[in-house]
Amino acid sequence: MKMSKIVRTQSGFLYPFILIFGLYIVIHGHLTPGGGFQGGAVIATGFALVVVAYEYKDVRKWITANRLSLAEVTGLLAFIITAYLGLGSTFFRNWLANSGSIFGSRVPPGINPGNLNTGGVLPVMNLAVGLEVLGGLGVIIVYMLNYLKRGEESAG
Amino acid sequence: MIAEEVMQFLVLASLIITAYLSIKFKDLIACAISLGIFSFLLSLEYYILQAPDVAIAEAGIGAGLTTAIFILAIRGTERREVEE
Repeated sequence: MKMSKIVRTQSGFLYPFILIFGLYIVIHGHLTPGGGFQGGAVIATGFALVVVAYEYKDVRKWITANRLSLAEVTGLLAFIITAYLGLGSTFFRNWLANSGSIFGSRVPPGINPGNLNTGGVLPVMNLAVGLEVLGGLGVIIVYMLNYLKRGEESAG
Repeated sequence: MIAEEVMQFLVLASLIITAYLSIKFKDLIACAISLGIFSFLLSLEYYILQAPDVAIAEAGIGAGLTTAIFILAIRGTERREVEE
């Protein structure tokens, strides 16, 4: 079944904005509501929009189950490795906070609009969880699509 | 405060209406869209109850992903529900 041209044009127009919004939720996870899981789900929604609007043979060149599984595994490994890197004192120690490097600024005291460059390992772990959730939810959609494809081949 | 209660009443009434419509429609894509609107209204209710974190998760997964999965499943089967 092919969607109409209106649906395809609108999904192509909306897709980058959904991706940027999801990345915004992920990267602001330690300041605003949301985090890795919610942002990853929003990005996976963007992928789902493209998969539903276009035909499978158009999207299977760059949305494949292998790539999404790779994203999932990379996210999980990055999460656990970041946790193990704090093992000098304890598991899950926030070794990046107040270090002065990336995500290591000191948190300003009092009420403030929020500095993105704080939080230590929290933004790193949010990025890892976002990648993992994006891969996991994307794999579900791609497998649904694979079974759909198999049914069409056996029917036609 | 009154405006918030009126808003909650409207959202909850719309939740019941969309849930009823999703089992009443015979066109299954209309049912899936109705369930998507149900999830969106539920995320609005979470936001009114000051849980924006849950609201984002509900809007992303409930309104976005499950609707897409339902539409993919309807693509693989029949679009219209038939009376036995």
